[in-house]
Amino acid sequence: MILHDLISLDILRVIWWVLLGVLLIGFALTDGFDMGVGALLPFVGKTDVERRVSINTIGPVWEGNQVWFILGGGAIFAAWPPLYAVSFSGFYLAMFAVLAALILRPVAFKYRSKRDDARWRNRWDWALFVGGAVPALIFGVAVGNVLQGVPFEFNNDLMALYPGNVFSKFIGLLNPFALLAGVVSLSMLLMHGAAWLTLKTEGPVQMRARAIGSVAGTVAFATYILAGIWLAFGIAGYHLATAVPANGPSNPLFSQVVHGGSWFAAYAARPWIAIAPILGLVGIALATLGLRSGREISTLLFSKLGIFGVISSVGLTMFPFILPSSLQPDASLTVWDSSSSQQTLFVMLVAALIFMPIILAYTAWVYKVLWGKVTVEDIERDNQTVY
Amino acid sequence: MDFGIVELSRLQFAMTALYHFLFVPLTLGLSIIVAIMETVFVMTNRPIWRQMTKFWATLFGINFVLGVATGLTMEFQFGMNWSYYSQYVGDIFGAPLAIEGLMAFFMEATFVGLMFFGWEKLSPVKHLVVTWLVAIGSNFSALWILIANGWMQNPVGAKFNPLTMRMELHSFYDVIFNPVAQAKFVHTVSAGYVTAAVFVLGVSAWYMLKGRHIELARRSIAVAASFGLAATLSVIVLGDESGYETGHNQKMKLAAIEAMWHTEEAPATFTLFGIPDQQARETKYAIRVPWLMGLIGTRSLTEKIPGIDELVKNSEARIRSGIVAYDDLMKIRAAKGDESPAVKADFEAHSTDLGYAFLLKRYVDDPRQATDAEIAKAANDTVPPVFPLFWSFRLMVGLGFAFLAVMIYFFIATNWRGMTYPRWALRLAVWVIPAPWIAAELGWFTAEFGRQPWTVDGILPTALSVSHLSVGDLLITLAGFVTFYSVLFVIEMGLMVKYIRKGPYLDVDITEQWQERHDRMLSGQDLPVTMPAE
Repeated sequence: MILHDLISLDILRVIWWVLLGVLLIGFALTDGFDMGVGALLPFVGKTDVERRVSINTIGPVWEGNQVWFILGGGAIFAAWPPLYAVSFSGFYLAMFAVLAALILRPVAFKYRSKRDDARWRNRWDWALFVGGAVPALIFGVAVGNVLQGVPFEFNNDLMALYPGNVFSKFIGLLNPFALLAGVVSLSMLLMHGAAWLTLKTEGPVQMRARAIGSVAGTVAFATYILAGIWLAFGIAGYHLATAVPANGPSNPLFSQVVHGGSWFAAYAARPWIAIAPILGLVGIALATLGLRSGREISTLLFSKLGIFGVISSVGLTMFPFILPSSLQPDASLTVWDSSSSQQTLFVMLVAALIFMPIILAYTAWVYKVLWGKVTVEDIERDNQTVY
Repeated sequence: MDFGIVELSRLQFAMTALYHFLFVPLTLGLSIIVAIMETVFVMTNRPIWRQMTKFWATLFGINFVLGVATGLTMEFQFGMNWSYYSQYVGDIFGAPLAIEGLMAFFMEATFVGLMFFGWEKLSPVKHLVVTWLVAIGSNFSALWILIANGWMQNPVGAKFNPLTMRMELHSFYDVIFNPVAQAKFVHTVSAGYVTAAVFVLGVSAWYMLKGRHIELARRSIAVAASFGLAATLSVIVLGDESGYETGHNQKMKLAAIEAMWHTEEAPATFTLFGIPDQQARETKYAIRVPWLMGLIGTRSLTEKIPGIDELVKNSEARIRSGIVAYDDLMKIRAAKGDESPAVKADFEAHSTDLGYAFLLKRYVDDPRQATDAEIAKAANDTVPPVFPLFWSFRLMVGLGFAFLAVMIYFFIATNWRGMTYPRWALRLAVWVIPAPWIAAELGWFTAEFGRQPWTVDGILPTALSVSHLSVGDLLITLAGFVTFYSVLFVIEMGLMVKYIRKGPYLDVDITEQWQERHDRMLSGQDLPVTMPAE
């Protein structure tokens, strides 16, 4: 018996599309508050010990959180190889910037408190700020570009090509809509980081986090609506011109795609997906109110709900598109033509079903062990061993 | 195809991979050594072992963080710089990388935080479990990465699909139990254990020479010598296994490493020393040992090992067969899957040589148009540069035997000479610290450079695997990596030296007092306390 024939290719593709979303959302929910805390760091802590309080709220967990990102990259490689091949090389310099920021961050966490020198520590604080703010911004900018289509094409050997010169390509990524999407993502993660600090700290750090976080939440709410209106009326969507066999070979060039009309046609075809943006807005609004009134656990949960809604709304609006091409629309990557083979998707699904529950269980245990606020006294007492 | 891009992409990959592997071996080995020390602590409850655990764990942490950070680059780089590689073999290669994240890296990274910050919050046994999980996670990481790398050396369990223009998974079982991957895995982690053992030995020897932290140093040497002796034996035995597998699956690599220009009568001689000359296809000033090569490569006295001349001829035949496959592929593609059964059958018969036709893309756009001269040139390209491989391999092996001698000496001195060490031996142990890193890097160089001109042996040439970036793109990131990595290296070394000089928490008495209070705290009689500062 051939085991992987148990689940048909089209169903495996949809499952892996959902899992891709799960991984991206898992990353945004966990590492998202790490990035938010990093970006907030210079502003919520005025003294060294206040900053150390903020850093140590995420000190023991950021490493595990970051694995969501690494796993996301690995899963894209394994389940959607053309997406991995095109997006990582197509967004080349942007990817490099994310990479540099993400390398800077672990080093800053680990090395900051290893010297008792104000200048040394201040420098690492700004490294943490960059390591948090830059990826948060770039991820949004990337999503903004994906919605507009990315300038790549395939030759007949399915080699991805991106004509144009280095800088004009990079500057091209920084168009107004993409920057707006970047603001949505940055402000959302700032809100999320503030919600985390509200739960994990007290006193002045918590007060400042709440103040900045409620502004960020308001900005996220407003810019998300603005970006939605812009997307509905100002940005041309992508649509399959002919029906594509959901079980067909993963060759993006086999389908015909038209660039035109609105992405929002998806909401007419599948009205139920409106739940995603609604959850996004409700979550952000309640988290913002929670930051103002100082509620702790519920604020973090609402913040998570908001992020879940916002990211899902992008995926659901674009379905079945994953990465449209503005240069050669037929080359656009969709769920039906850019996955791995049936066997790979099946093997990976089995691995995910075995290990995801284990991961969630031990992650939950670690958070439980670390439950409770980080205080100035904790830092002073454990001066030698904490970050 | 722009050769500047291929060369720059290779340079970048080589640099970032070799840099990454400065940190990985110590992570692999030191995680286990720390876990062993903590196990002794939990079993004996003697504070000195806790002090040792915490001290070596601090150094582990400084190293670990850069291993993780530079590992990110590795995962991104396939997509960023090797886009066609990712498209062409991602169906197989991506899976072990993703499973590495699911099974190993998640565990390692989630628990490493508790390992450092959980001393106050966990009972000793729970903390010990956490430390072991970090060690096991690190080592499982290596397993999946080497399954991925092993597949590049010996691409089993996969088949080309003309409709999707890529290799697709055929048997996941074959990919996992690839004999090359398994031999490489044990060889690589053992090399990591040797690295850590030499490191612990060297640092402890330095303390002995300075007359500092003697109690810690003596016990650490005992652990390092026993662990290191076992690891060195394993690295040598599995290195031999690796060589044997290479002899089976990558005959060209083996021939290049051994500078075997011509097929010899079995059993072949082993060239101990010599200056290989690629142009003339001969080795000058060669010192040869009869029979040895035949024994290592085939484990028999009768099986021949093919020389480079013969293998180039094989390559030429496979290129011609590959051209047939390429021609069929073009027909299948034009028919979009509705090709005649005859074409399909012909393609199946030749498809394993398709990669050899791609070697011609360096000289002609359409391999079917290649002249005999171009085919001969492409066949010649399948010989990697012999001189660097010949010597990097020999240096690596020589260092391996040197570690064995050091470990045997310290093992004997620890167990039968009352743990006293003459000063010359301690000095030697300090000086030898950088050597395992050199050996490890030489080993990777041999494995990866020896696979050229392929990224996936026999399947996909390196020159075809790159992303279609511009030279400008690559120069920017290359300059970025060089600057960034150099700064990080200086900072890392600075902190490492600082913390080694500083040593562990000074006084065992204080650790004992701390231990008592900690026990009371855990039984709920006292408030949390922390390790006293130096």
